Amino acid sequence: MRKLIKNRNVRIALILLAVFAVVQILDTVGFIDGYIMGIIARVCINIILAVSLNLITGFTGQFSLGHAGFMSIGAYTCAIITLRYPTVLGFIIGVIMGALCAAIIGVLVGLPTLRLRGDYLAIATLGMAEIIRILFLNMEITNGAAGLIGIPQFVNWAWLFFFTVGTIIIITNFINSAHGRASISIREDEIAAESMGIHTTRSKVTAFTIGAFFAGIAGALYASYFFFLKPELFGFAKSIDVLVIVVFGGLGSISGSVVAAVLLELISSMLQSLVALRMIIYAVLLVVIMIFRPQGLMGSKEISGIMFKGVRERVQSKVRSVGKGKGGEA
Amino acid sequence: MPVLKTEGLTKVFGGLTAVLKCNIEINRGELIGLIGPNGAGKTTLFNLLTGITLPTSGTVELEGKKIQGLRPHVICKNGIARTFQNIRLFKDLTVLDNVKIAMNQHVKYGLHSAFFHNRAYRRTEAEIIEKAGDLLNIFNLYEKRDELAKNLPYGEQRQLEIARALATDPILLLLDEPAAGMNPVETAELTELITKIRRDYDLSILLIEHDMSLVMSICERIYVLDYGVVIAEGIPEEIKSNKRVIEAYLGEEVENA
Amino acid sequence: MNFLQQVVNGLSLGSIYALVALGYTMVYGIVKLINFAHCDIYMIGAYIGFLCLSVLKIGVAWSILIAMVVCTLLGILIEKIAYRPLRNATRIAVLITAIGVSMFLEYGMMYIFSPNVRAYPQITGWLAESYKIRGLTITSQQILIFAITVGLMILLQLSVKKTRVGKAMRAVSLDRDAAELMGINVDSTISFTFAIGSALAGAAGVLVGIYYNSINPLMGALPGLKAFVAAVFGGIGIIPGAMIGGYFIGIVEVFVSGYLDSMYKDAVVFAILILILIIKPAGLLGKNTGEKV
Repeated sequence: MRKLIKNRNVRIALILLAVFAVVQILDTVGFIDGYIMGIIARVCINIILAVSLNLITGFTGQFSLGHAGFMSIGAYTCAIITLRYPTVLGFIIGVIMGALCAAIIGVLVGLPTLRLRGDYLAIATLGMAEIIRILFLNMEITNGAAGLIGIPQFVNWAWLFFFTVGTIIIITNFINSAHGRASISIREDEIAAESMGIHTTRSKVTAFTIGAFFAGIAGALYASYFFFLKPELFGFAKSIDVLVIVVFGGLGSISGSVVAAVLLELISSMLQSLVALRMIIYAVLLVVIMIFRPQGLMGSKEISGIMFKGVRERVQSKVRSVGKGKGGEA
Repeated sequence: MPVLKTEGLTKVFGGLTAVLKCNIEINRGELIGLIGPNGAGKTTLFNLLTGITLPTSGTVELEGKKIQGLRPHVICKNGIARTFQNIRLFKDLTVLDNVKIAMNQHVKYGLHSAFFHNRAYRRTEAEIIEKAGDLLNIFNLYEKRDELAKNLPYGEQRQLEIARALATDPILLLLDEPAAGMNPVETAELTELITKIRRDYDLSILLIEHDMSLVMSICERIYVLDYGVVIAEGIPEEIKSNKRVIEAYLGEEVENA
Repeated sequence: MNFLQQVVNGLSLGSIYALVALGYTMVYGIVKLINFAHCDIYMIGAYIGFLCLSVLKIGVAWSILIAMVVCTLLGILIEKIAYRPLRNATRIAVLITAIGVSMFLEYGMMYIFSPNVRAYPQITGWLAESYKIRGLTITSQQILIFAITVGLMILLQLSVKKTRVGKAMRAVSLDRDAAELMGINVDSTISFTFAIGSALAGAAGVLVGIYYNSINPLMGALPGLKAFVAAVFGGIGIIPGAMIGGYFIGIVEVFVSGYLDSMYKDAVVFAILILILIIKPAGLLGKNTGEKV
């Protein structure tokens, strides 16, 4: 059993390494231009956002509409730090501080609001994100509505890859631990969970905080890659974007979030030429997908079946065709 | 010292008194029945004991320690586990995961172990899987450990609920209608199982049940609840011939007819 | 006097919120859906009013009526096409659908009318007049908005409490399955709820166009959120609650702009929302109900 796990881990590591190397080489020889790299960066950032929101909404069952708020905290923190200390060290500190600040706000927001159920929590988190946005809009250090320009660009493919894969691994590991099982039990039946000894409030706040932490990282990467920030980027629409990825991929499926982040970005860039109609088509697609496949692409299943052995056999055939294409398509 | 002792336990919902001045005592190793007509307040009593509902007044002592007003998960840690009348399994999780979740309070590794799956994680998880497997074996559910809980037949779902409750390592087990919806053969098996786990796990058990043959055959003492009040208490023979109990039940039968 | 002036302005703004909040609260009460597309129906109402007043050049009363009718039809149509197929899906799936519909309406309107702000035609006649009472200025538009809102609200409350379809609405919102077993046509009751909510939003759209004079395809988004806050504040699913919530939010907003800083008016509204959710999640008039075990 252990051998098998080890083998699989080695296999996954090799595939990841190959993906990294291929993109890195293509980038070095100039085959990947700024436009494509921009797409890759957006995909990676969206993967981090979606996977972290999936932990909150898909696995713990807590409906959050404020993910962009956490992202913006990470983005502004990192931007302000790197503007002052434009070195790689400054960038690393910026990312860490951004994630920590987002996590702290996550705890502060989570503690009182996570007692609320369902839609009420959604509205409370939405309100929280709006408040954060309005504060950024009015603060001096964030330069208000004009935003921050000329943030030093440190993020490259290596950083994107490192943080994206790191996020996926850490959150997947968390879900497959006792702490993660506690979160999932809350989604399944909160009353049964607390009757079985699960400290539901603590588990919810933990999941929420971890989600906020990684959203902060995503924001920091965004700031450092796209070197321009303004509060409008992190409005309600951004939170919805992330939620759409999560639901489209399947609530409770990490690989679903990854695939959806890639697919939606591809669809969105393909529609780029149809400027005016683009969002209309996107909206229609959204409604059609929800009507015909409300559980999302993957339901709550995983491509690699890392989590559920039983599922692994059933999807084995699909694994070969889509499974390992995670980074490849990006 | 009794395992469980309630004194003057009362719950009022708005104008409705669901449980009134309830005094119950359970001694170590006892198997006690709790019976009464529908709506007598039996499940409310369970909810009060497990902290799902907060009592209006009165005390609950578990091995001499006051536990009323504590949160359900704390009460569970103190040693009370339960099943639910309307089965509340984690439906979309596997049988094994259902049991593993109930073992969570014994997991000592921290978040960093959860993030990085270090040695502490691997050791603890292996232990959990082994313990959960043992438990499932007792209930003949080991072969089905990877099935989703919702796909089990009804009787096995009830058994899984008991297994899950046992996984929390309780000293007192509350069973809410464990034989509901079972046929006589299943009920007989269940009766045997309850006796067995009580012996093997050194448990005290309080069970709500409408199947009188089950109650009368295995319970050492019985409490009868009607309109939230304990109207009788005693060994099965006494209860069978108790006038107020017969009235309470017959009265209800007439109303139903 | 300045204080009273603020109250008057707050009541006018609050009327708009109250009208929009009603649609949210009724739909939520009956299908447990935050209908994100509702605020865009309000926006479309404003555009219909704009077309009536500036192209067809008909009166204000007719414009409001036409906007209400068109919005009613639109509401029914949206429910039928987008929400009904998802009747048994998870709530989050329906919510995403609502967001999709909302985006469709917003970007559809941008495509047709361009994203630019448009000005409502200048209103003349008695609606352009204003009255001064001891330094207090009340415009006839404010009177109109307030009167229409209160009138519609009373009409709605009566129809929910007294009529058969109102009784059906309450039954469906309590227990859809039981209502169906009792012979209530659930689908048409839900349609009716969407219809009424949309009609009110349509009226609100025209009124806001007249009052503020400018409209654009994204004009619904923020007021929509605030109207929803109003509904939650008063107790979601409760009609008088939506009205109280609407007026409260309107007055708070005007006061924050007047006495503090208008930049923070939205932040204050959302802070109030979070506070009320934490202190009394069922809202001002709502009852707390726990889950039965």
